[in-house]
Amino acid sequence: MSAATTTAPAPLLRRDLTTARLPRWAPAGVAVLAIALGCAIGAGAGLASHIQWGLIAALLFLTISYGLAAKVEGRRQAKDRFATSVVWVAFILAVVPLGALTFYTVQQGIGAINGDFLTHSMKGVVASTTADGGIYHAIIGTLEQVLLATLIAAPIGLLTAVYLVEYGRGRLAKAVTFFVDVMTGVPSIVAGLFIFSIWTMFKQGYSGFSGSLALAILMIPVVVRSAEEMLKLVPNELREASYALGVPKWKTIVRIVIPTAIGGITTGVMLAVARITGETAPVLMLVFGSDVINNNPFSDPQQSLPLYIWQQYTVVNNEYGYDRAWGAALVLIAFVMGLNLVARGIARWRSPKAGH
Amino acid sequence: MTSSPPATSQGRAGRSRRDSRFGDKVFFNFSRGAGILLLVIMAAIAGFLAYRSALALGKNEGNFLTTFEWTPDGVKPVFGIAVLAFGTLVSALIAMLIAVPVAVGIALFISHYAPRRIAQPFAYLVDLLAAVPSIVYGLWGVLFLVPHMDGLTSWLNEYLGWTYIFDQTKNGAPARNLFTVGILLAIMVLPIITAVTREVFRQVPRMHEEAALALGATRWEMIRTAVLPFGRPGIISASMLGLGRALGETIAVAIVLSSNSQLSLHLLDPGGGTFAQNIALKFNESQPFGRDALMASGLVLFVITLLVNGAARMIIARRKEYSGANA
Amino acid sequence: MKLQRNGRSKALAIGAVALVSSLSLAACGTDDNTKTAAGGSSSGSAAPAAAIACAKGGQLLGAGSTAQGNAVDVWKAAYGSACSGTTITYGAVGSGAGIQQFNQGKVAFAGSDSALKPAEVDASKAVCTGGQGVNLPMVGGLISVVFNVDGVDKLVLDGPTIAKIFDSQITKWNDPAIAALNPGAKLPDAEIQAIHRSDDSGTTENLTKYLAKAGGGAWAYPAAKTWAGKGGQSANGSAGVSAQVKQVKNSISYVELSFAQTNKLNSAAISTGASKPVEATAANGATTFAKAKIAGTGSDLALTLDYATKDEGAYPIVLVTYEIACDKGNKADSLDLLKSFLTYTISDTGQQAIGQAGYVPLPKELSTKVQAVIPTLA
Repeated sequence: MSAATTTAPAPLLRRDLTTARLPRWAPAGVAVLAIALGCAIGAGAGLASHIQWGLIAALLFLTISYGLAAKVEGRRQAKDRFATSVVWVAFILAVVPLGALTFYTVQQGIGAINGDFLTHSMKGVVASTTADGGIYHAIIGTLEQVLLATLIAAPIGLLTAVYLVEYGRGRLAKAVTFFVDVMTGVPSIVAGLFIFSIWTMFKQGYSGFSGSLALAILMIPVVVRSAEEMLKLVPNELREASYALGVPKWKTIVRIVIPTAIGGITTGVMLAVARITGETAPVLMLVFGSDVINNNPFSDPQQSLPLYIWQQYTVVNNEYGYDRAWGAALVLIAFVMGLNLVARGIARWRSPKAGH
Repeated sequence: MTSSPPATSQGRAGRSRRDSRFGDKVFFNFSRGAGILLLVIMAAIAGFLAYRSALALGKNEGNFLTTFEWTPDGVKPVFGIAVLAFGTLVSALIAMLIAVPVAVGIALFISHYAPRRIAQPFAYLVDLLAAVPSIVYGLWGVLFLVPHMDGLTSWLNEYLGWTYIFDQTKNGAPARNLFTVGILLAIMVLPIITAVTREVFRQVPRMHEEAALALGATRWEMIRTAVLPFGRPGIISASMLGLGRALGETIAVAIVLSSNSQLSLHLLDPGGGTFAQNIALKFNESQPFGRDALMASGLVLFVITLLVNGAARMIIARRKEYSGANA
Repeated sequence: MKLQRNGRSKALAIGAVALVSSLSLAACGTDDNTKTAAGGSSSGSAAPAAAIACAKGGQLLGAGSTAQGNAVDVWKAAYGSACSGTTITYGAVGSGAGIQQFNQGKVAFAGSDSALKPAEVDASKAVCTGGQGVNLPMVGGLISVVFNVDGVDKLVLDGPTIAKIFDSQITKWNDPAIAALNPGAKLPDAEIQAIHRSDDSGTTENLTKYLAKAGGGAWAYPAAKTWAGKGGQSANGSAGVSAQVKQVKNSISYVELSFAQTNKLNSAAISTGASKPVEATAANGATTFAKAKIAGTGSDLALTLDYATKDEGAYPIVLVTYEIACDKGNKADSLDLLKSFLTYTISDTGQQAIGQAGYVPLPKELSTKVQAVIPTLA
């Protein structure tokens, strides 16, 4: 019975509702063909740079997949295929530098990293004559400075974003928006110099905390802008539903709006953290850089990882210096990635389980 | 017995209303306070910059806007921002032209195209790029990217040399030019734009997408009609964040660019400079007056950022209807 | 509700794990690099403890020239291993920034590639109560003209030729002017890639001082920290310049001797008018320093160097970095340590120690004068 009913209309359905389609392996096939052609053209024309080979292959991939789909499937489908191809090419374009950079850093830095490197400071080490010494003091410094900066910047930034999205009307909101925009363009050295002037005015010495303040200035606009964007995306229906149940506005914001946007907010905070963790200039000016372990961020010079990298590169500048610099860079990247994972973990558990 | 429950519930309601009003007030003041604090900090920085700039500009013997040289500590203090403004804008423009489309593509890839198994790890990997410190980008740029750019630049010179922009006039020089800097900046801002855009695309209401698909739209048509319009303000905001970094990037540009004080449209010739790079290069050896001059250039960077952001805000404002909060 | 509480406890657990791991991290680090110090002394950089008269202890901050960064690194390692309880921190932030921080009272001494300018001396009177900042020559260095040309290991250049190369008046390696100085060398028919510093630096200032003096009028610009010559390319810092010379064929540039040595770059010999060209070696630099005149008065020992020297074996492109401190009115809490440290650095052992790190030990004539001044600091 079932055989009788399905056999008859099936061909009909295929003819009416779907046009001819490329086989499933078509995109992969086109990709292989484009790469082969790209290499052939590149090698044939004697192009030295492999970047060109890749670009030619990418262009070929786009045109062939569009052409093929236009011929077989029609224009709308061709456009769809083209868009898919573009997205895939974008993916490959991002993977190449990402891969190259990661590979390069790991290759250069992995050799330097060992137990001693991670647990020793540079006290008493002549950096240019031996491979000894380590980055422990720099890790401590970076940890404390970034933590302090985040503790300052994240609440201020988030509250400001809440103000702009939930309350912001009138002149004050406009002014805040205006200044947040300007703030994204503060060169790090200017932020450093600003705090330096204040610190000198109050006759304060070098400390990790003063560095944190400058870093917080750099962090805030990134936090505000990304959090603002995420809060705006929370559907009004959610807020209205909450109000309708008699929940006060502040509770709605804390319990409904922020948790809904927490994933995006976390991403924004982590972007800000990633940005400041690599800052050298304000740290050099305010934290000064030290060779010994200083666990107290509120007095006396500290060290930080980017500053350490900078010193090893510019001052030491031999094989020992390069090894330490790349080793420290690898640790710094791993450190930010670790923070990222932890933050995301927390965000995921705290956010409401989404329906989709 | 029968009357007491309503009484308590009334009392509770009254208390909670009072609580909520109090809570609202506290919360409102807190968030407004944060905004005001931010305003104060920013005004202080702006005032600080303006004051220091005024000190320098009064003694400048050249025209601040059109002079090429930067020698504020010379016998005759002469400094101008022409080269720096040009270099900053051009490198940031190249960076944005490359990074924004690619970033949107990657964000779409993660949110709508990639198989789930690839998307999640890949999203983390892109975040990893954001974690790489500028100095590493700089070293990687000069040791790895620049040598690999040589072929591309000579190829551009050969086939697009007639455009003047891609005409290479200095032979044998490595590609430490504004074009390479633009590409490096593009790689640096890519993760920032991608991360924010991706989060925005994830928030696109499922129903919009399904409605589009139900009407027979292809995946691309669904994205064009449902995802991109919804995400546009977010894309612009993300781009502005990226632009902020591209405009203000210091160390990586200082390491990669072979700077000089000549304004040249030949983007493939080494030369040019940017505001932040110039500040970094001159700051350590400046006299107090030279520092004030550098502050003046920082102020110009402020103004540029402001203009670009203002334009972006205007574009977003026209598309306000998509904002969930109607703010 | 239950679900949420569950989530919170998991978040708390993660936080606790992070806290515990960071605490355990805080417990496992150490400042103790004694194994390292032993290794250091075998390479000759740590001085015997007996040579150092230690101060009681405490903290000493200095900031300034990057050029002397590695020298101070050697010294503070040796001093620190001999005198426990002292911490010396030197920030290689650049001479100008170092002087500013000194004049703001933030550091006890500054390291600088050039002597204090009159305005800076005036400014220093605000921090040096009853005194002023003085220049103490401490680290001698020389600037090598480094090159990377295939098939050419030895190169002789003179002042006018160097000036013309860096000003793009000579653009080919086989230019007659270069060929005349290098009979028999196989100079390629290639464009010269002249590389200069993109950042302002004392190295550029000292090179251009030499070019202005010995360039025979070919260098038309005043000596300055900012590069003024035409054409060429630039790179950031000695580290960046060295990397470029290594990478780019047919290039030429100038870096401190230590950078030329660690990056294994070829240095040109300079034809000064002496009987034969002078190689860029520490000994030849010391010969020039021995003839340096003292321009400062009293405790101030600022030097005048003779860039146009024609003496046998005197390398003309030299630079001296000073330590700048107050002659009177130094900070009381770090004065002892400052004097003790500087006494060590100018001692023979101190100067010999940095000789192995690519610097030029100051000759006896000069170091004895500095040694006489340091005890008078107050």
